[in-house]
Parts: sequence; structure tokens; C-alpha cells
Amino acid sequence: MNSIYAVLIDGTIYASWLFLVAAGLTVIYGVMRILNMAHGSFYAIGAYAAASMVGWYFNGEGAALPVWGSYLMLVVCALVAGLVVGLVIERGLLRLMYGRDEILMVIITYALLLILEDGMKMVWGVDPYMAFQPYAEMGRSVLGGLKVSNYDLALIAVSLVVGGGLWAWLERTNTGKVLRAVIHDREVAMAMGVNVGLMFTLTFVLGTTLGALAGALTAPAISVAPGLGVEVIVLAFAVVVVGGLGSIEGAAAGALLVGLARAAAVHYAPELELFVIYGVMSLVLAVRPQGLFGRTLVRKI
Amino acid sequence: MMRLDRTELCLIAAAVVLAAGGLIAPGWLVFLLTMAFAKALVVQGVVMQMRAGLVSFGQGLFYCVGGYAVGMGGQFFGLTDLAVLLSAGVLAAMLLAMVLGLLLTRYRDIFFAMLSLAFSMILFGVLVKSPQLGSTDGFNVVSWTLFGWSPAKETAPMALLTVTLVAGLAVALLLHRYVQAGVGVLCEAVRENEVRVEYLGLSPRWLLYSNYVAAAAVSALGGGLTALAAGHIDPEMAYWTTSGEFVFIALLGGTGHVAAPFLAALVFAVVRTYAIEFVPHSWQMILGFTLLGVIVFLPKGLWSLFSRAKAKGAAAS
Amino acid sequence: MTAILETRALCKSFGAVTAAKDLNVRITKGEVVGVIGSNGAGKTTFINMVTGYLPPSSGEILFNGRPILGHTPRAITRAGMARSFQVAQLFPELTVLDNLLIALAAAESPRPSFLRPLRTKARIARAETILEEFRVTRFRDAVVTAVPQGARKLIDIAMALIGEPQMLLLDEPTSGVSVEEKTGLMDTVMSAVRHHGVTVLFVEHDMDVVRRYVSRLLAFYSGEIIADGPPTAVLEDQKVRDLVTGHGHGKSSQKGASA
Repeated sequence: MNSIYAVLIDGTIYASWLFLVAAGLTVIYGVMRILNMAHGSFYAIGAYAAASMVGWYFNGEGAALPVWGSYLMLVVCALVAGLVVGLVIERGLLRLMYGRDEILMVIITYALLLILEDGMKMVWGVDPYMAFQPYAEMGRSVLGGLKVSNYDLALIAVSLVVGGGLWAWLERTNTGKVLRAVIHDREVAMAMGVNVGLMFTLTFVLGTTLGALAGALTAPAISVAPGLGVEVIVLAFAVVVVGGLGSIEGAAAGALLVGLARAAAVHYAPELELFVIYGVMSLVLAVRPQGLFGRTLVRKI
Repeated sequence: MMRLDRTELCLIAAAVVLAAGGLIAPGWLVFLLTMAFAKALVVQGVVMQMRAGLVSFGQGLFYCVGGYAVGMGGQFFGLTDLAVLLSAGVLAAMLLAMVLGLLLTRYRDIFFAMLSLAFSMILFGVLVKSPQLGSTDGFNVVSWTLFGWSPAKETAPMALLTVTLVAGLAVALLLHRYVQAGVGVLCEAVRENEVRVEYLGLSPRWLLYSNYVAAAAVSALGGGLTALAAGHIDPEMAYWTTSGEFVFIALLGGTGHVAAPFLAALVFAVVRTYAIEFVPHSWQMILGFTLLGVIVFLPKGLWSLFSRAKAKGAAAS
Repeated sequence: MTAILETRALCKSFGAVTAAKDLNVRITKGEVVGVIGSNGAGKTTFINMVTGYLPPSSGEILFNGRPILGHTPRAITRAGMARSFQVAQLFPELTVLDNLLIALAAAESPRPSFLRPLRTKARIARAETILEEFRVTRFRDAVVTAVPQGARKLIDIAMALIGEPQMLLLDEPTSGVSVEEKTGLMDTVMSAVRHHGVTVLFVEHDMDVVRRYVSRLLAFYSGEIIADGPPTAVLEDQKVRDLVTGHGHGKSSQKGASA
């Protein structure tokens, strides 16, 4: 009984992390039809930026700086990193590639991933960064006999806020409505005078910022080292493919399903940990090829 | 006796020249050539699917199966014969592909790419968590024999290069016929317009399925040869970045000629050797920029340089 | 006379939209049947259902007296019913010759060979005869994307005929073709069709073309058949004049008329 409870707690925490990682990926695909392989690198950039800045914050001369400042730092790092990287890549590279085949865009973003992986090594070196203070400072709570880190619990709240915010933005604001028009039919939206180019830039920067935010918020809980993005991207793929590419609620459902499945595997059959994630993905696709919330398109002839 | 066309004669000549060159080449070059051509076979599997319009980001799966079949055959079943080990890998890969193909042939575009990646990652996950197979470290491959002959330590690399060249030549000759035969041409037709293929009374799925299984066999052969050359195998073979490397080489060479993957794999191996030596932390960056350059300037791959030069020559004469 | 194609109470709806309502069509061997109707009247939907591309919501389809409901387009093609498309469905990056060679190989066997070459002398010779018959020899080695629309439509129809079907469904064979080319194209197609002894059903917007070639005419209006009979009678029918020809005339080349 206790272990089912533990699976639920762990699964929810892991799912909220997965959702944060996958949200930007699914938003970018939904609007731009780009399955962004470099999304994991945005995550890694966010993590590196946060880890190095938080490290600097706590090692600075005045050790008396308040802890809350480091949380602020995490978020600011993510916003700045996401904004800069997103703008540079969208304006400098992707803009020139629009209109190409979906699968070719995958390969272009793969090239981007390769470039960013080494770019990060040049900026941050190959030694790992630690920024445990924000994580450790929050302490732990006991929930029904189970010790849980407060930072992890806060992560659940953050992902709820991010998910809710995204949903409200898409459903309740004017920009959101325009974006939905672009998602529904790009050509019609363009004919109706929507500045699709601007929407693409906006979406891409939003996506990179979400990726960087996920990385920045994860940084205190891990050791930030090369290869981080490469590991994360395949998990994010699994989540969005399960949920249905381009769907926010799909990403949430996919994250929950994958998160709970992995937590169950970790508790009951640890050797199946990785297997379970992709096993769930294959199973869902076998039954619903378009994913849980995906739409199918029949070709007109 | 089948008549050989010009391409086939050129392929045979190239293999003979390379084998002869191997005799006087230094040890590191023999190793480099063996590895490059072995990996080129894996890339052939990727190219076969690209011709059908599918990009596999999981061809490492069959590369790994071919490699582990060789390793496990020697380690656990006492098999050392090269032909038996390689055949075991090919057979295992084909059986696996026959099962996975049932599901995968339902998908196209990015879904095929992602699902093939997922299957490869499943194998990676299983291998990493299998202590009896050395987990993340993998294990060493035993020395091989061939029809009872066991090569001396000094002659083994050259012998393996010869075997790789023979295998590569055989595959190249078969593929040269395959791409001009019914299934090969029809795979292109599926890429171009699946609805039309269906309305010609053919099953696109059957075509893609056959192609998928054949590609798995070719890639597994490459994996087996790589394992024999490297003398070691580990789960990294099934990791998705390994598959990404194969996609890279495939795009570098293009789908225009059966020799293109060999050439591209060779260029890749040489550049890699020097890049890792001189600019260890920029190797991937070089790859990334090259890939973008290929997509923008050589969308049909390196081989288009040759065919363009040929066209120019023809126009001049 | 036995029917070669028969549909019984065929219905299809897409959500709230009814694209086919109680279609009862009976076509006998050797007929040349025309289908008219404005955009969205359900003509292409009818062809798509009959050839297995779209599953009907309800009803029955019989080909040569045998039910074919639920069969795949390839099974139906193999059974002897071929079709052409509103927008020619070819292999765009391949040459016209290769397009025909592929169709020829497909017609020979449902399981193509792994190692025997597709481009054999025999097939090339046959393809050249077909190019000749359809008067597109000059495009033999051109890539499809470089070939004009009219020729593409002809190649599309030629590929459908290669399988030697008993019945051919033509979806707007002259749409996207210039007015001057229309008659020439239809003459070429109809002489090929007569030569092969094929039963034909074709969707057409141009009433002159319809008058010229069909022996019987069906008029579709919002998923229903509102008239069926000899072309002169149907074209003079008041309902048809009000609902079909009055609107449909001259709108032949609009895209997106597939519902």
C-alpha cells in the first residue's frame, strides 16, 4: 500500500518535470510544425546558465545574500537564456529554412543540437556544475510517512502554473486566438492578414524559454554536465508523441502516463526503468497512432 | 553468367584496389578503412529507407543487434567462426525487423523517425540494465576464425579488412540491382505518392516492410563487422546519437549512388580522426555546420558533386 | 443485363455534413455514364467510396455482383476497377517513362521482384506504345513536375488503363485543362477507352463535353441523385437546370471540390 503511495508521489513529481521539459517542444511543433531536436539543448543551456549563476551568487564575497535571491536568479537566467538563444536561432537560422519538409526540419534541428552541444562546452567547459543550495535550502516535508523534498513539491506547483498559463494564454487572449488560427490552418491565417512570421518568432522564443526554464529549475537537483540535453530530448519526445504532437493537454497527459509508469518501474522493477518509458510510447502509438490528443488528417484526392 | 554493367565493374575494381592498398597501408589506416566500410553498411540501411522517404533515427538498433550477436556468440556460445557470427547477427536483426516492421510500417515522416528511435532506445535501456552483458561497459569480442583458420595477431586486421571489403562489395552489387528492381523502384514510388501506389494495386506497406527487413539485415552485417574490428561492444551502439551519426553520413553521401555511403563514411572517419585529435571539443560543431551546409548547398549529398562534374563534362564535349 | 457496378442505399456523412444520401446507382457493362453536379455535391465522395478510399457510413457496393465494401483500394483495383484523379496522382520526381514502367510492373504482379530489373526492354516498348496512344511521347524523359497539366491528366488516365480494368472512374478528366485542349484530351481518352472496351463513369463540369461523350447522365445535388437518364433529358430537367447547370457551369477548375 505504502509503495503505491510512493509511486503516486514520485510519479507526479517526475510527471511535472516531464511536462515542463515537453511543454516548449509541443508548443513549437503545434504552431510551426517543427519537431525540435535541439529542445534538449535549450534545456541544457538553461541548466548551465542557472547553475553557473547560482554558483556565482553563493560564492560571491558577500555570503550573506538572501536565499530567495537564488530562486529569482533561476527564473531570470531561464528567461534571458531562452530569449537570447531563441531569438538568435529563429532569426539567424530557422527563418531561412521555413517551408521545408517536416522531416528535413528535424534534421536541421539535429544539426543545431550538434552545434549547441559543443557550443556549451566552449562556454562552460566539460566539468560538471553544482548548484544544490536552492534545493537543499527548502528542506523536506513528511507526507503520509514519506519524506519529500519541498523543492520537488514546488516543481509540481510550477508546472501547474506553466500549464495553466499556457492554456489560458491560448484560449483566453487575442494573441492566443491568432496562434490557434495559425495552428488550425496556416494559409488561411496568412490570407486573413495574420503576421505568421511574427507568430513564429514569438512561438519559438516561448518554446526555448520554456525549455530553458525547465533546465534552470532542474539544475539545483542535478549535476549539470555535457550530454544533458541529449538525454533529455528523447524523454521529451516520448512524452509529446504519447500525448499527441502539438497538444498542450496531450503533453500533460503524456507526462502523467510516462511519469507514473516510470515511477512504478523504479519501485517494482528497476531494470525496466528505461524500457517502460518507450514501451508506453510504443503501446500508445500502436493503439492510437496520432497520440492521445492528436488529430488525424486524411489526404484529399 | 550474368552480365556486369559499368557500375558493377567499377565497384569490383575499387574493392580490389582497396584490398591491394591495404597490404601496404599502415595499421591505423587498415583499421580506419575497416571501421569506415563496416559503418558504411549500416548507413546503406539508412539510405535504403531514405529512398523510400523514411528517415530512421534508430538504425543503431540493428547495428547493435549485429554487434551483440557477434559478441554473445563468442562469449556465451563458444562460436568463433566469422561467417557464422555475422550470419547470426543478420538473422537476428531480420527476425526482429519482421516483428517491429509490422508496427513501424504504419508510420511515416516524423512518426517513423521517432518510433524507430524509441525502439532503439528500448534496446539501449535493456542492455544498460543487464549486468550479465556488462551493463554500460559492454564486453570484449573474442578472436575470430574463418572456416577453421585462425589468423595471427598481425594478419588479423588485414584479413578483416578483406572480409569487410568482400562483404561491402557483395552488398553494393546486390543493392545496385535492388534499387533498379521492382521493390527498389517501387519504394521510391511510395515516397513520391503512396495513394497512386495503392491505386496501382500494390501494397505500400508490404513494400516498406520488405525494404525495412532488408535494410535491417544490411545494417546488422555492418554492426557485426564493426564489433569484430573494434573488438568491443557496448550499449552506446543502440543510443540514439549513434543512429544520428548514420543519418548524418547518409545525408552526406546522398541517395544518388550505391557507392556514396562508402565514400561518405570514409570522409567522415578521416575528418573525425583529425578533428578529435586537434579540436576535441568542436567535433560535433563541425558536424553540425557541415550538415547545414550539405542541406543548403548539396541537398543530394556529396555524390552530387560527382554527377555534376560528369554532367558538365558531357556538356563540354 | 447484369450490372457491373451497383450501389444500394449508399450514405456518407462527415459530422453534420451529408456528402452522400441514399445513392442507388446501377451501371451496366459498356455504358459511358456522366456525372454532373456543383462543387460539394458528392461526386468525388462517390468515387472515393466505390474505390475503397473512404468508408461509407452505410449501404452496399457490388462490383460484378460481388460485395466490395471494406476492400482496400488495391484490392478493388486488382478486381478490375480503376480510377483517375481530379489532380493527377503521379510520381512527381520521376520521369514519365518511369511512371508508366512502374504501372506496367504493378499490373503484372502484386509482388514485385527484389533483384530482377524493372526497366526491361519489353516494358519500355509497351510504355512507348502507350505514350504514342495518348500522344505524350514528347514528354517521355521529362520529370513529371516539368510536364503541363493536360499531359499529366492523360498520363494519370493511361496509368489507370494499364491494369486493363473492366471499369474506369474518371474524376474531372478535363479540370485544370485549357478550353482548347479539352476536346483533344477527351477524344484521346475516349478512343483509348473504346479500344480497351471499358465501362466508364466520369465526373465532368463542362456540359459540352458531357453532351458529346456520354450515353447516360447522373445529376448530383447535395449528396443526392436528382436526375438519371439520357443526357438530353437530364439536362432539360427543370430541377437540374435550377440546381446544377445554373450554378455549376464554368466553375470546373475549382480546387477543394472533393466533399
